[in-house]
This record gives sequence, C-alpha cells and structure tokens, in this order.
Amino acid sequence: MSNATIDDSEVDIVIAAINPDLKSFLNEWRPIISQFHLIIVKDPDMKQELQIPEGFNADVFTKADITRKVGSSTSIVFSGYSCRYFGYLVSRKKYIISIDDDCTPARDSNGDLVDVVAQHIANLKTPATPFFFNTLYDPFRKGADFVRGYPFSLRSGVTCGLSCGLWLNLADLDAPTQALKPEQRNSRYVDAVMTVPVRALLPVSGVNIAFDREVVGPALFPALRLAGEGKFRWETMEDIWCGMCVKVVCDHLGLGVKTGMPYVWRKDRGDAVQSLKKEWEGVKLMEEVVPFFQSVRLPRSAVTAEDCVVSMAKTVKEELGKVDPMFARASDAMAEWVKLWKSVGSSSSEA
Amino acid sequence: MAEYSKVAPTPLLKDELDIVIPTIRNLDFLEMWRPFFQQYHLIIVQDGDPSKVIKVPEGFDYELYNRNDINRILGPKAACISFKDSACRCFGYMVSKKKYIFTIDDDCFVAKDPTGKEINALEQHIKNLLCPSTPFFFNTLYDPYREGADFVRGYPFSLREGVPTAVSHGLWLNIPDYDAPTQLVKPLERNTRFVDAVLTIPKGTLFPMCGMNLAFNRELIGPAMYFGLMGDGQPIGRYDDMWAGWCMKVICDHLGLGVKTGLPYIWHSKASNPFVNLKKEYKGIYWQEELIPFFQSATLPKDCTTVQACYLELSKQVKAKLGKVDDYFNKLADAMVTWIEAWDELNPAGGKAVELNGPAKSSK
Repeated sequence: MSNATIDDSEVDIVIAAINPDLKSFLNEWRPIISQFHLIIVKDPDMKQELQIPEGFNADVFTKADITRKVGSSTSIVFSGYSCRYFGYLVSRKKYIISIDDDCTPARDSNGDLVDVVAQHIANLKTPATPFFFNTLYDPFRKGADFVRGYPFSLRSGVTCGLSCGLWLNLADLDAPTQALKPEQRNSRYVDAVMTVPVRALLPVSGVNIAFDREVVGPALFPALRLAGEGKFRWETMEDIWCGMCVKVVCDHLGLGVKTGMPYVWRKDRGDAVQSLKKEWEGVKLMEEVVPFFQSVRLPRSAVTAEDCVVSMAKTVKEELGKVDPMFARASDAMAEWVKLWKSVGSSSSEA
Repeated sequence: MAEYSKVAPTPLLKDELDIVIPTIRNLDFLEMWRPFFQQYHLIIVQDGDPSKVIKVPEGFDYELYNRNDINRILGPKAACISFKDSACRCFGYMVSKKKYIFTIDDDCFVAKDPTGKEINALEQHIKNLLCPSTPFFFNTLYDPYREGADFVRGYPFSLREGVPTAVSHGLWLNIPDYDAPTQLVKPLERNTRFVDAVLTIPKGTLFPMCGMNLAFNRELIGPAMYFGLMGDGQPIGRYDDMWAGWCMKVICDHLGLGVKTGLPYIWHSKASNPFVNLKKEYKGIYWQEELIPFFQSATLPKDCTTVQACYLELSKQVKAKLGKVDDYFNKLADAMVTWIEAWDELNPAGGKAVELNGPAKSSK
C-alpha cells in the first residue's frame, strides 16, 4: 500500500440503496468506513423504509429530497442504480467512493480485510501513467518502479481522475456470460493497480469505483437508461456508458484512469438467466457505441470536464441520436446534467 | 471454486518451438530448467570470443553458433548482428525453422508461485501465444481466456474473438529490470510481488519490452524482432530489446496482432553493475525522448501488409526522422534493411529451408 494519507474530511462514501435493509451491509463495512461521511441515496422507486444501523455519520436522501433539489427534470431519471448520482451532485468532498449495496469487504491473499477506501484514495492520490505502459504496473507502489526503457520525461505522471476496483466471488459479467457459466466465481486476487493507457477504452463497472470529484465530477452522470433497466447490474448499462464518456474526457484532459485493486466481495444475488429473459438491449447497444467512442474527438477549447460533457452531448445527439432514441435521450440527460452540476453541485470550496 | 469444465492440457509444441539463448559465460542455468526445456530444441548464440568452448549440459538437443558461424553464414550482412551484447540473440531467431521462439537469459532461473510451486514459464508462454489477444478494448478482468476469467459486462461481443497473439512478454521476480539510474538509487529493491495476471497491451500503446523472458510467434512477427546495433563499436547498449519492442508494437498494431504481458515469472538472479549499465544506457536515456514521440506517431501505409514491408518502411522513417538525432540512427536504419535481407535469404517464402552448412556445434 502506498503511503498516501487519508484526510477524512476529503472523502464521501456514496451508497445507492437498492435494497431497503442496509444493516448487514453497513455493519460489515463498519471497520473500514465508519470514520467517513456517508451519503446514502434511497432508490426513489423503493416503497419500504430504509434500515440503517447506528454509529454512522450519514446523510440520507430520498425521493422527496431529489425532487426538491433538482425539480422534475424530465431527462434525468435518478431511479435504481442511478440514484447514486444524486449523491455525487450534493457531495462537497474532493474524493467520492461508491460501492454497490450487495458488496462486502474482501480479503486479500494474506487473509486480511481489504481497505477499499485506503486503496482507492492511494490510487487517486498517486499519479497515473497513461502515455506509456509500465510492465511492473503501478510504479508508485511500494516495491515497484518504472522499468528500464520507460521514458524519463513521462515518469512524473498525471493526475488520476478515476479508480476502478474489482470484485471477488460474483464478478461483474454480463447476463449471457454468467448464464453460460452459472458456477463461475472470481477467486483470482490480482495484486496490481495499473493505469489504463490513453485511447484505450474499458468497461467501467459502477459496482466499486472512486473518483476525484473536483476534476471529473461532471463527467459521471445518469444518462443512458435501457428500456428494460432493472435492479440488477445485468439489467443496466448506465455505468458502462458514463465510463466510456469519462475515459474520453480523461484522455482529452490529460488525466488518468486506474484499474485493479481494491477488490470487494460481491454477493450472489439474482439470476442471470432471468435477467437474460428480459429484452436485453445492452449487448446490442455496445456494438453501436464502441466505434463512436473510439473515434470521438473533443475540441481543444474544452478544457474542463463540464466543457467536455457539453461537447460530447452534442456529438452523441448528432451521431448516435438517429441510431436509437435512447441515445438522443442520453444526450439530453448529459446536457441537463451539466446544468444541474453547475447549479446544484459545486466545487468543494463552496458551503 | 466449482470446476465447471475440463481444461485441456497445454500442447507441448516441442517440434514447433525453439529456445534461443544468448550466452558469453556458461549454460549452467539450464540444469534447473531441465524438466521444462529438455524436450525442446535449443539454439545457443555464443557471444564474445569464438574460441572459447561453451559446454552445453548433457541431454539437450541443440545447435550452437559463435561469431565465426555468424560471419560465415551471413557474410557481409553479419554486420547487422551485434557483438559483445546479448542483442546477438536475434541471430537465433533468423536461423530457426520453427513457428515459435522462446528466448531467455542465462541468469534467469525457475521461479516459484505464491503456493511454492515451480513455474513452468515455457508452458505459460505457450498458453499466452495459443490463445487470442484483445487489443481493441481493455478487459478489466485481464486475460478473458484464462480459466476462471471472462469478458466483463460492457465488453463488446463483436470484439470477443480477439486477434492472434504475436508476442508473450514475461516478467521477473527478484532482481527487477531497472535502468541504471534507478538501480543506483535503489540497489536493494527486489521484486517480490507476484501479479497473477496476463493482459493484452492495448493497440496504440507502447511499452518497454524486456528480452529476458520472451516468446513470440516467429511466423507472425519474426522479422520485426531485430535487436539492433548494440555493444562493441556501438554508442549504446541495453536498448536492444527496447528497440525491437517499439518496432514490433507499431507493426503489430498496424497488422492487427496482439501483444501480451504479465505471467510467466522467472527468477532473475544476477544484478548487473549499475555503473557499467549507466555507461551503456547514457545516450539511450536522452535519445529515448526523441524515439518515443517517433514511435508514438509512426504510421504505416495500408499497402504494407507483410512484416518485412512494414519493417522496411519503418527503417525509411528511422532514417528520415531520427538520422538527425544522431548518425547512429542512419547506421541502424541500414542495419534494419540488412536484417530483412538476411532474414529473407535464410527464410525464403515458400518455406524451403536454406542449407547453412551447419553451426559450429550441434548435438547431432
């Protein structure tokens, strides 16, 4: 683990409550997150009351709070997993860590509990190296360094905007894959963090992520909703969509995206075959969007995340809007999001 | 984890793979590798004094080439093969008649995985080479074809077949492959971290390729694996594998081939002298700053559809753009052309093996 120190006041932990009973979830995470401020956002579709144990410094937001704060915006829907974005909007901290409510702490190969907060913060606080691949992975980790042949001018790295963690047990596979291999569980603990190179796209899973809100906050948004979007990750693409946008934005702004540790333990939940039975648009969708994201270029004049998102929203509408109305709606949501971010969300220096 | 399917054993490929080993000292290290290497044919490239006799441990099937052999076989073209530098190993690639090459340094030993089990590095390289790469989209669970892994949610289905793997780049425990300045600052650092992953290096991304523990598909990429002009009479050393790696990656990206890095690990036992290394690397550290932008922006025309054509085109660009950095690059560009000429002579299209009149020594 790196020596990055964590300032509790810099971190918000944002939890989207998809399940009403958060007692076991929060109790399992207690040793790791109890000293941090929690933002818990209740899925607006949920009828039951949330159950939250004592001893946490938590602010809970419900449908009423969301409506009051953002009005009845028609293009942004904060339901299901997307309710977490409301948490990002109202946070005033520099770093946000967000974990799905069906995950618990994992154990590393020594049997020790993985401190996801410490690892995500270490990832975000140490530079990323997107312009050249280091074969010993993160060169800033203890016991590692840049290898022979790594250009010296690239060794100071760039700011890391996003830290993508992984999952033991139930990996974040899509429904067809998991349905084909119903017994497969991820038991491989890969002891590495690495920077995803510039121009390389990746599927960003929202199950376990962290980001620097000050630099990329506006670029994580609830925009792409599948018609059959549901309460299982197999039935969503919202995180994949905004992950591609974030990567393009980071590449454009010269920021880094890391992937690898920390791991969480993802509980068995749901039935992949059932999810598969629903009309499953996500797969078809990806085929449309990949060539788009691989070729999209942002204008030189876009120098902030907000600028980038506004520009991307326009391009999405122009180039993908005619492919499927879902993209036109996503474009509107992206544009709407930036407006919301500017009015409701703000930099951490504001009260 | 429940076993859901039977995993087929990795093919040995013992008649399709050559192990190329450059050496100037001795081959004692082969004893430790015997259980894993004995079934394979070795190509020993003896650097340095050709009158020295390098003993090959009993029981190995090999051919050995010293400098006299290289000069005899290549004639004037032998000038492209480095002397007094392990870069000479690429001569082994050229004379091989096999589909796959595994090359390893003579100070690399068998490593152990975290369970204490000895790692069969060659088997892992074969696994890496036989299954596809995925350079067009990054899979966050690393190599999706590994047992227990797969493509993650969001990975486009149209990209899940992958592309053929041209190169498998292995890593090292114990003495890490650091440059001289880093070695001077951290002489005691050892790589003890076993990272249980193989991954494809994305298209468009360069990396420092280390020749210590490397395997490749000779039919797919062989002519691009020229290790340059290093060592005796040259202004630079310890950039041979780097140079090959950058040329290779540009060509792989152009031809739609994949490059993997990660497992297998070997145990690197010998720390070279950092002061000696600094002298060798010194120019490279400066030149690198020009080389990297050159390779990052290098493009190859559509009509370059073979490795040789790509390589020759690159050599033209090296001359045009790097010649002004130092005259060395003019010589290197010429050597790149000579290398391809020699490669094609020894490996004519149509596959007829060229009679070399034998190496200095062989086990036959």
